[in-house]
Amino acid sequence: MNRLRFWFLLPAWLWLALLFLAPLAIVCAYSLLSRGTYGGVELPWTWESYRRLIDPLYGTILLRSIALSAAATAICLVMGFPLALFIARATRRKNLYLYLVILPFWTSFLVRTYAWMFLLRDTGLVNTALIGLGFLREPLPLLYNDGAVLLGLVYGFLPFMVLPLYATLERMDPALLEAAADLGARPWSTLLRVIVPLAKPGVWAGTALVFIPCLGAYLTPDLLGGGKSVMVGNLVQNQFTNARDWPFGSAVSLILMLITLTALAVFFQRAPKELL
Amino acid sequence: MSNSLELRSVAKHYPGHAAVDGLSLQIPQGRFFSLLGPSGCGKTTTLRLIAGFEEPTAGEVWLSGALVNGRRPYERNVSTVFQNYALFPHLTAYANVEFGLREQGLRDRAGRVLAALELVQLAGKESRYPSQLSGGERQRVALARSLVLEPEVLLLDEPLAALDPHLRKQMRIELKELQRRVGITFLFVTHDQEEALSMSDSIAVMNQGRVEQVGTPEEVYLRPATRFVAGFLGAMNWINGVGLRPETTRLAREIGSLSGYPARPATITRTVFLGNCLHVAARLETGEEAVAEVSREEARTNDGAYSVGQPIHVWWKHSDEMHF
Amino acid sequence: MKRGLAVYAAAVYLFLHLPLATLVLFSFNASRFTLWEGFSLRWYHAVFTDPDMADAMWNSIIIAIVSTLISTVAGTLAAYALWKRGSRLLSGSLYLSLVTPEIVTGISLLAFFQWIFRWLGWHLGLHTVILAHVSFSIAYVAIVVAARLRTFDASLEEAAMDLGATEWRAFRRVTLPAIAPGIIAAGLLALTISFDDYVITSLVAGVDSTTLPMVIYAMARRGANPSINAISALIVVVFGAVILVSERLREA
Repeated sequence: MNRLRFWFLLPAWLWLALLFLAPLAIVCAYSLLSRGTYGGVELPWTWESYRRLIDPLYGTILLRSIALSAAATAICLVMGFPLALFIARATRRKNLYLYLVILPFWTSFLVRTYAWMFLLRDTGLVNTALIGLGFLREPLPLLYNDGAVLLGLVYGFLPFMVLPLYATLERMDPALLEAAADLGARPWSTLLRVIVPLAKPGVWAGTALVFIPCLGAYLTPDLLGGGKSVMVGNLVQNQFTNARDWPFGSAVSLILMLITLTALAVFFQRAPKELL
Repeated sequence: MSNSLELRSVAKHYPGHAAVDGLSLQIPQGRFFSLLGPSGCGKTTTLRLIAGFEEPTAGEVWLSGALVNGRRPYERNVSTVFQNYALFPHLTAYANVEFGLREQGLRDRAGRVLAALELVQLAGKESRYPSQLSGGERQRVALARSLVLEPEVLLLDEPLAALDPHLRKQMRIELKELQRRVGITFLFVTHDQEEALSMSDSIAVMNQGRVEQVGTPEEVYLRPATRFVAGFLGAMNWINGVGLRPETTRLAREIGSLSGYPARPATITRTVFLGNCLHVAARLETGEEAVAEVSREEARTNDGAYSVGQPIHVWWKHSDEMHF
Repeated sequence: MKRGLAVYAAAVYLFLHLPLATLVLFSFNASRFTLWEGFSLRWYHAVFTDPDMADAMWNSIIIAIVSTLISTVAGTLAAYALWKRGSRLLSGSLYLSLVTPEIVTGISLLAFFQWIFRWLGWHLGLHTVILAHVSFSIAYVAIVVAARLRTFDASLEEAAMDLGATEWRAFRRVTLPAIAPGIIAAGLLALTISFDDYVITSLVAGVDSTTLPMVIYAMARRGANPSINAISALIVVVFGAVILVSERLREA
């Protein structure tokens, strides 16, 4: 048995060592080195990169990332809960309704993000339609701001909130809802006093599945924010390409990882079963 | 005495079958009333129609002299104890019992909640969650939760089914006592005839969506209106179209002293020892089998007479016959 | 409340599907502006005759197929071995790789490649992209196959061994066929993830290993070009079909 297991796990161990741990180790090392004259890194070892993180400029970026992620999560929760409730209550085409939620997610993320560019830009569909119908004289700047990024994030991650919510609501004992009505609770009261409290595990799972990827988002703020709404992911990417400051980029990456892991630990405690 | 509950020609049709059909029932106030019948007879559906979870396809449901058709469950003054209790898992026993009172917006709830918990003998356990309570304790919370609202009728959907046999017998006595103490009409649904017989003031025996007989336990057991009721309330022997209960079916070795009583010759096929009595089965010449209940005393005095293959006479009293 | 919920649900579904629907609709627009001027296939024609697009498409396909093959094999074997006996380190790492932001995975791989290539004298190219895609796909494959294994009855393998099969043969003749739908589903999933990736690919691709997402990205950045609509519509259809098959297999 051990021989078989050895060979079976060998590719995975190779992956772990060479394509996961080694790269992360290098990033850690780079974060403590100095910026190279022609890009890349050089000695000496220094804490400089981490010291630069304290600059309010980067603080803003970090705060924006957290704020946008939190806002996107909140909006997804408010938007997604009634939808999950609707699907859980559906007597017939449940599978169809679920597919309709997942379907957009299965198409290319790039294409979906571009779809909003197509709609929101100055020569996009929304502006062209509004101008054509006479409501506007000049195009509205709908793209390249925090709002557009928020919209893109919500659009991209809504299914991640709906599915765990649905799973929890679906499992709820219908007798509990009947009991509540039997005891005098009108529909709204049943919703607030029975359904919502019991949906908590699903809420935590959905929150984790939206908030954490939003933190590290890159494409959405890049295409829909256009440099005006910079999130942490964009900052990192910039350091490794245009700015050519690999140590700083590494440091920011590690901070991002740290925040991601912290969020994961917090949410993992509240809804362990659902996440796995 | 006014009726707590009245069903007038109530029917509930689903595509393909009628769960309840032309059901009329009058339940006086303060009674312990049972709906007895096999699974699928429509008794649970009837309960749900009264509670308001379903609307009848035809007929009227009257509660304390008011027509309640179309009223939602939270608009009806009845309360249901569900089969698996349906306690809210995220609330303590106290909060569960308090639930309906909070819906009514009453101010001084604590007194009533604690009184209800005392009534079902759960004082001291109010801060426990349902997962921390035993099956019997959970049932008491469900009872308290419903009773604290002082409903016109308390609906109980096979509440003892989930309990183990010993606890079940104990709860029968407690439930009966409880009903007597609070004086609220109990509508008790069960498929267990022993439960219905031991607890009820009146029983409605249901079959295939209809009521076949309403009466006291004695009436439905001793003077069943239909073959079905007879067979459901207890074991029955059918001899030439005449019905007889095993306890009124007797056996005798000699026919001599039995002139005047109907009797048939038979052969003993098996004897089953049931602890407090014996059931002796005998096959008549017509091929029908009759089971006679024989006390242990009798069995002892007639030692040897009840062995398999022995010829015997089956006899009974005319007055014990059931004709349909 | 029921009616209200239904109306609300319809609105949300509209929100989810309208953007893509309009994108696809306007891929048939005769005009290059966002004003509808009639039905036309010119943008599809443009897509199919664009040499850069063809190159990128070709690269994307090669990368997707090769990386999927590697990651599917590696992921399946790992999921199976972990199912027999767990390894906290390996399982934890696989989950960690799923949670790691793409940008972090991308730059870490870039740093790693650059560092190694200094010694080896190599450059970034298709091979680095393939390795990178393997890196993030393995975890997805492992998760899908692991889920499938959870529904597999372990006593079947024991029965096989009882009848004389070695562990390897039991795996090959009993377990593998049983979980095959799950493996294929995982492979299809990895295929679409690889084909769609922009972030990591753009970082580790060399000068002459442009992929389709990179082309689309560049076009999107440059400005309005209905060719994107056309290629997007094609991608939507292909992806949709692939994922539908994958889901069916997963539930089979």
